[in-house]
Amino acid sequence: MKTVIIQYNAGNIQSVLYALERIGCSADVTDDPEQIIQADKVIFPGVGEASTAMNYLKQRSLDRVIINLKQPVLGICLGMQLMCKHSEENNTDCLGIFDEKISRFTPVNGVNKIPQIGWNTIEHLKSPLFIGIKESSYCYYVHSFYASLGEHTIATTHYGIGYSAALHRNNFFGVQFHPEKSAEAGEQILKNFIAL
Amino acid sequence: MLTKRIIPCLDIKDGRTVKGINFEQIRDAGDPVELASIYAKEGADELVFLDITATNEKRKTLSNLVNKIAHHINIPFTVGGGINSVEDVQVLLKNGADKISVNTAAFKKPDLINELALAFGSQCVVLAIDTKQEEDGNWYVYLNGGKVKTNTLCFDWAREAVDRGAGEILLTSMNNDGTKKGFALDITKQLSVSLPVPIIASGGAGNKEDFAAVFQEAHADAALAASIFHFKELTVPELKEYLSEQQIPVRL
Repeated sequence: MKTVIIQYNAGNIQSVLYALERIGCSADVTDDPEQIIQADKVIFPGVGEASTAMNYLKQRSLDRVIINLKQPVLGICLGMQLMCKHSEENNTDCLGIFDEKISRFTPVNGVNKIPQIGWNTIEHLKSPLFIGIKESSYCYYVHSFYASLGEHTIATTHYGIGYSAALHRNNFFGVQFHPEKSAEAGEQILKNFIAL
Repeated sequence: MLTKRIIPCLDIKDGRTVKGINFEQIRDAGDPVELASIYAKEGADELVFLDITATNEKRKTLSNLVNKIAHHINIPFTVGGGINSVEDVQVLLKNGADKISVNTAAFKKPDLINELALAFGSQCVVLAIDTKQEEDGNWYVYLNGGKVKTNTLCFDWAREAVDRGAGEILLTSMNNDGTKKGFALDITKQLSVSLPVPIIASGGAGNKEDFAAVFQEAHADAALAASIFHFKELTVPELKEYLSEQQIPVRL
């Protein structure tokens, strides 16, 4: 069993690696296409800005590599957003795996603090990713942009408006929250992904 | 619903946890990694580590400690103390810190906030402000761990820092810190209702009612405390249970 974490110009990669170690799973951090293609599980993490990250991926052809992966892939936070079609963040065209759109929270939604920082619930859970996770469990979020609700939504949450806490299509999964920082609930979700 | 955060703070000196009373008379309160793990298990929402002896020689000790913490705990944590540059921050983030806090260096060189926000994103840039209410009734910014007074008003500096890209404000009232008489509700409220970023209130927590007040009356997004938790006068679970009874959203 081989798990890789895609290395690119985004933050929190170490945190994901350490979280996997805590659940007894070793992983390699790499931007080598061959190693990514041959892994059993791929994690696409990220904290950062969408256009900078997409440019970096394109320059290394990692965008093509990611969309053609056949094994389970888990995008986290910016990773998940990059797997969507388009992000409002600097008007960036993304990977297009999920049809959901990425928009910025606005005060119009009744939200006066942006980014959302802290623990919020995950609701309407429908995926093997959430086996053993109770409805309304708390996960840790840090983000200013969110994915709309859509056909690929497998968990929802609410911050001013309802949006996708997690997405799933074929072998691709994405979570807006940070499982690597979400205490026991996050560890269970990572274990579930590794067990897919 | 987004919950209010409870954040134990660990002041670090030479790799050990200490807590100053009014920033003086430091007492030893244990091993940081051990304490951090206990807090994470008990349901703390986040942790803050402030290195109060951050000098150049000590920086390596700090990054080693940060690395050890990142391996052991499964909740987010912020590291602060003596951070001066983009390079300092890079080392801490690479070792697994989720956020960093800047204080004196940012005040002296405000562009540092812009540089950090651009390089790492606002979400990991916490501006720490030590503030004191003077006899004229105004809250002023203090530097160097509360030793140096400035003529800048706390609110003005907070607003400028947010405009420059700070993602959160960690506000410590020196009048309240160490007194256990409650948080400074007025200045906390002024910042909370006026600024578009989360405010972490710090200084003065003496009992669970103080936390309820800072959330309900001052609209703080998070509350930070040290000695009350270290010396087990109040545990995180009993605090959260109480806040929940008061209809304050917390992660249980």
